[in-house]
Amino acid sequence: MPWTRRHLLTIEELSLAEIGQIHATATAFKKILGRSVKKVPALRGKTIVNLFLEPSTRTRMAFDMAAKRLSADVISLDGASSSTTKGETLRDTAENIRALGADMIILRHAAAGSPLYLSKFLDIPVINAGDGAHEHPTQGLLDTFTMLEHLGSLKGRKVVILGDILFSRVARSNIHALTKLGAAVTLVGPSTLVPHWFTDLGVKVSHDLRSALADAEVVMLLRIQHERQSSGHFPSLGEYTSMFGLNKTRASWLNPKAIIMHPGPINRGVEIDSELADGDRSVILEQVTNGIAVRMAVLYLCSGGQPESVMPASA
Amino acid sequence: MSTFWIQNARIIDPAAKRDAVGDLYISDGKFVATLSAAAKKRAKKIDATGLVACPGLIDVHVHFREPGQTHKETIATGSRAAAAGGFTTVVCMPNTAPVADNAGTIQLINDSVRRDAVVRVLPTGCITVGMKGAALAPIGSLKRAGVVAITDDGDCVQSNELMRRACEYAKMFDLPIMDHCQDHSMTVGAVMNEGVMSTRLGLRGWPNAAEDLIVARNAILSEHTGAHIHLQHISSRHSVDIIRRAKARGVKITAEATPHHIALTDESLATYDTHFKMNPPLRTEEDRRAIIAGLRDGTIDIIATDHAPHTDYEKDKEFDFAPNGILGLETALPVTLAILVRQEKFKLPFVIDLMTRRPAQLLGLPAGTLAAGAAADLCLFNPNEDWTYDAKAGFSKSSNSPWHGATLTGRVKTTFVGGKIVFAQGKIL
Repeated sequence: MPWTRRHLLTIEELSLAEIGQIHATATAFKKILGRSVKKVPALRGKTIVNLFLEPSTRTRMAFDMAAKRLSADVISLDGASSSTTKGETLRDTAENIRALGADMIILRHAAAGSPLYLSKFLDIPVINAGDGAHEHPTQGLLDTFTMLEHLGSLKGRKVVILGDILFSRVARSNIHALTKLGAAVTLVGPSTLVPHWFTDLGVKVSHDLRSALADAEVVMLLRIQHERQSSGHFPSLGEYTSMFGLNKTRASWLNPKAIIMHPGPINRGVEIDSELADGDRSVILEQVTNGIAVRMAVLYLCSGGQPESVMPASA
Repeated sequence: MSTFWIQNARIIDPAAKRDAVGDLYISDGKFVATLSAAAKKRAKKIDATGLVACPGLIDVHVHFREPGQTHKETIATGSRAAAAGGFTTVVCMPNTAPVADNAGTIQLINDSVRRDAVVRVLPTGCITVGMKGAALAPIGSLKRAGVVAITDDGDCVQSNELMRRACEYAKMFDLPIMDHCQDHSMTVGAVMNEGVMSTRLGLRGWPNAAEDLIVARNAILSEHTGAHIHLQHISSRHSVDIIRRAKARGVKITAEATPHHIALTDESLATYDTHFKMNPPLRTEEDRRAIIAGLRDGTIDIIATDHAPHTDYEKDKEFDFAPNGILGLETALPVTLAILVRQEKFKLPFVIDLMTRRPAQLLGLPAGTLAAGAAADLCLFNPNEDWTYDAKAGFSKSSNSPWHGATLTGRVKTTFVGGKIVFAQGKIL
């Protein structure tokens, strides 16, 4: 089946087969990253613009690096240096970038739905690098890629996502990817941050950490933002940690082979004990590394590449 | 003044419980029972076969943006959109720039109305100074300047104490208070209904409870003070229930529903189309059904549009950043007919009542009737004509309508205001 999508806006709209194609392509690109010359000419002559209107380090660097590994020229723009601070609309900014000859825009934006909005009038691919609390598709793809590397298949496997789900685009993208891949997903956290509406997406919602973690093979932690305290979503970071923080005792409830994940940035001592973050069950840094291969796959496919033609030349 | 003989129309006059095919006569700007033989000879005859003749429609909730936001709409363009939609009386909200919180601004609006309007445009004034919810506006002077109600529409008065005093004070002048029911503390950053859809879309939700709380507060304050509080654009099923119970106790509250809240739900937001963004937001199918039930049993008194023009470039934004509101006047009748008459099997005269006699009664306006001697405000429409609505070709200055490009059934043919044709053959005269 050929890859036909030009934009990557959400995981919700991807088919299981498309997720598989991205993962397979990422597997091929990951081999390149292990070589001494970590570069292929796939996107030579193409210009990719990283339009990051919301702060990011990891995602932006990973996209930057992925584009460079594919030999594309990359220009990065952040909120502070873009004209949006002078009152220019997103449409005008994007159309100017297009007029300057960009071949692809990678957008990070605080407003949910903004990548879809851009895709409606731009004739170049738009890649969603996180839109508000909506989706962060490449994160969901790299997380499931990492899980698949460890678990082989996700069918029927118990995956727990723990933390601030309500405001998390990472959670939403993972929910869609995981349910398509057949995993049994449970969301856990304080009831204010894990509203029951999520059950409509085909996942379980729980506020009981012990039963949720029991026998889980993956636990993914999400960052707890202290701003949620002032908005009344929970009493204090201390209470959060005492009720929902992952520590050694609680980690012992997991399946003995379970992996611990976190999309970063982590708050040591808040959602996760420092020891666990650095422990041998943690795959947090593998996620970061896989993020490059997965993003290479996405940039490559959305630029018109086909999954079966990724045959890295020998180093 | 011309004399008109409207022939063979289906005449629907809810005030007279009339629904029969017959002729209508207009002379000297008024409806008359009949014309003399000589006058009949002179009269302009309008063949209304197949058309409904009803009182000119009345909308107690429009935003004409004048003064100050005339890039979106003016009294000239807004009143033309009204005429094209069959409306002959509209009540405009005071959230202009500056807001209409003093007699001088009302006078300015009334001057524009006299100069530019093609239908009857009645102003409202603010409840509080600057619409800031902190101190009462000069409500007595506003009344003297001609407002028909007071409201801080869009900026619901949050202080219960101030709302109580506003009720007591406005009651002295027999002025209804219109309230946009929204507890601000529960809707910070909210851009759509809170529920399954907001969860999926990652947009900040505006829960039903934020409306329900203020609806309940208003029922309590109306009962406490005896003031008439009119609850604007009800969107929540629980609010319908609260209103129903309060009315059963004899509380002096009234309520309106918009065509969009009876026609659409938050499912329409799946593509983040800002033409479905308004406040209060579109809610769920359960809410939509409850509002229709409320209209059926009289819990909700009237249809009002909340006609809220915004330019293309203002609406053409990220969903979070686009302003709230959609056009309503030119689509209200066909959309309401589609939902209430064709889908829900309401009787046509009942639906006409929701848009004519009842809104007139709600504000004590001498309108909404075809009775002999009344000002000849009349709407002639073909209930069965299909047409494609092109918002860009409409009379409003803006085109922010979710029905742009839709095929609608039911089309206004002629609108009379005070015995003068203001709209006919698709043109403003």
